[in-house]
Amino acid sequence: MSIRSISVSNVTKRYGLHRALAGVSLELDAGSLCALLGPNGAGKSTLLGILSTLVRASSGQVAYRRDDGDERDPLALRRQIGVLAHSSFMYGELTGLENLAFYGQLYGVAEARARAQALLDDVELDERARNRPARTYSRGMLQRLALARALLHDPTVLLLDEPFTGLDRTGASSLANALADAKQSERILLVVTHDLEAIAGLTDHVVVLKRGKLVHEDRRSQAVGRADELGFSYEDLKTIYHQHTG
Amino acid sequence: MEFLSQVAAVAWKDLRVEFRSREILYTMTFFAAMVLLIFSFAFVTREGVVLPDVIPGILWVAVAFSGTLGLSRAFDRERESDTMRGLLLAPCSRTAIFLGKAIGIATFILIVEIVVVPMTAVLFGAPLFDHAVPLVLILILATIGYSVVGSVFAAMLLRTRSRDVLLPVVLYPILVPLLIAGTKATAALLEGAGDPTAVADLDAAYFWIKFLAVYDMIFIATALWTFESLVIE
Amino acid sequence: MKQAMYFVFAGISVLLFFYTIDLIFYGTPLDAGLYFNQKIFYYHVPQAFVLFLAVIVAGVASLLYIKRRDGRYDDVAEAAGEVAVLFGAMMLVSGSIWGKAAWGVWWQWDARLTTSLLLWMLMVGYMLVRKYGGPSADRLAAGLAIFGAVNIPLVYFSVKIWRTLHPEASVVPGLQGSMRTTFWLSVLLFQIVFVLLLIARVGQSRIQRQVREVRERALDAGLLD
Repeated sequence: MSIRSISVSNVTKRYGLHRALAGVSLELDAGSLCALLGPNGAGKSTLLGILSTLVRASSGQVAYRRDDGDERDPLALRRQIGVLAHSSFMYGELTGLENLAFYGQLYGVAEARARAQALLDDVELDERARNRPARTYSRGMLQRLALARALLHDPTVLLLDEPFTGLDRTGASSLANALADAKQSERILLVVTHDLEAIAGLTDHVVVLKRGKLVHEDRRSQAVGRADELGFSYEDLKTIYHQHTG
Repeated sequence: MEFLSQVAAVAWKDLRVEFRSREILYTMTFFAAMVLLIFSFAFVTREGVVLPDVIPGILWVAVAFSGTLGLSRAFDRERESDTMRGLLLAPCSRTAIFLGKAIGIATFILIVEIVVVPMTAVLFGAPLFDHAVPLVLILILATIGYSVVGSVFAAMLLRTRSRDVLLPVVLYPILVPLLIAGTKATAALLEGAGDPTAVADLDAAYFWIKFLAVYDMIFIATALWTFESLVIE
Repeated sequence: MKQAMYFVFAGISVLLFFYTIDLIFYGTPLDAGLYFNQKIFYYHVPQAFVLFLAVIVAGVASLLYIKRRDGRYDDVAEAAGEVAVLFGAMMLVSGSIWGKAAWGVWWQWDARLTTSLLLWMLMVGYMLVRKYGGPSADRLAAGLAIFGAVNIPLVYFSVKIWRTLHPEASVVPGLQGSMRTTFWLSVLLFQIVFVLLLIARVGQSRIQRQVREVRERALDAGLLD
């Protein structure tokens, strides 16, 4: 059963006496892309960590809702979550293909190697690149590999932290296409980014965090397949962002 | 079934990474050899021989010290590119990751032993291979126990800043029975070495082998039982 | 009420202290070989008992802590760890004095001595982890205490077979008359002192933890910044 929505209620996270998140409540829905904006240290990565089940909230709840109740089993949950973080999670000594095949095995992906090959095609890492150790990759290649890893097990929930870093123009536009596809197929998408231009048009839900608090939230319903019409434009996003971060 | 394939995936990944760089194996072996040499300064007598009684101790100190080196490095590797988080995000139990790492480390230590044990035999003239079967059993059982206990603590220390100094502090007190058993079992094999009429004390050796097996079982059970709760963030 | 009981037991332990001292010096016969030095035994052995008991308490409390995630168990484990280090130190010092008198050396690698020393080292390690372990020190310390407690029989057994020469193999069951009474009264005294120290130290850790938790809750509620 796939996850239909995530509801975050009054979540706080402290590290010792430093408060990274202070009572954040949020609803994330299938088929919607939520842009999580905010200055550095606002708690965006912490929120992503909590949603990915890696970080335990100090208080508050996160409910992962399926059609027939909440998903509570952590293993079943992690099978449905795909994460792209700051670090690549890649072993430098292994090739791109080996890295993906390894993670495929951990996720119990059938035909892990074939699936890895298919994803490497999608992220446009050519035959030569995928058989080279990951430590020889450029920042952009590593980012594309990490993206392939996040999509490897076909997750319902995609949590992406600055996915556009290091990508060139073509890479960024193919990522944007991938995001549009995922949205179309009713995934839950949460994207942390400073690159407002890249996600303009795709975004239909904007959340701004500042010093651990949710300071702005806005939704615009968007007709399926009409990305250009309703969602937030670059101008909209810029206005919202500057309004809160100065 | 899935559990076992995940354990194998993690272990195989560690071995593959290591066979590409060989960093851990080279540094561990070098360090173990160095420990042997340093001990020779202390224990080689004026006649140019080493008292047979101290040879097992030299061997096991070399194994224990170099093992710690490999242990820290194998877990430190998971901090580069934050791969430990990548592992923890996967839908497999922490116990599977732990067992996979422990198997990888056990393999590294065994490989180092394959070099260091003959080296001890040659350098100190110890007839270690007169009883090869008990010797191999001793080495394997001690290595398993070492890797299991070591992996528990190295995993727990992963997020601690002073992990390099704290690993020996937490590890060695727990390893004491294992090191005693390893040393005494090896000593039993060398009993009366150099004296043609004397025979090795095989009963004592097998007693310590059984002790090592019990030690391994107790700590594997304890580790499996507590690991999940010990490493939760 | 609780406090009253505490002071009652503290009073009892003070009285017992004077009473056992009196018994040790005037109520028991002088040892034929060791003379006055033998008297250390009456306090030395109870100290060792407390060390072992404290390690087991720390191990069990740590297990409960990681299984139930309740900070109260951690308070107990921490307190027991400190008390173990304290009594272990007293035991090692008194034991050395005995050893010098009985065997002519300060230290001997006897099974019991070695086991106790290793146990004491374990608990010193426990304190080091507590102090320098950083934010996750509590769990690391809990792991050490659990593995350490499981390790006690293995250490004792291995050391015992390694060093089979244990001179005063078992003095305790053979004790007679006033020596016996004095010995067990001393054991009782040290057990009471152990429990009292433990309770006092647990109370201290608990208050520290509660202060921390109140601050954390205030942070969660947004009352502090």
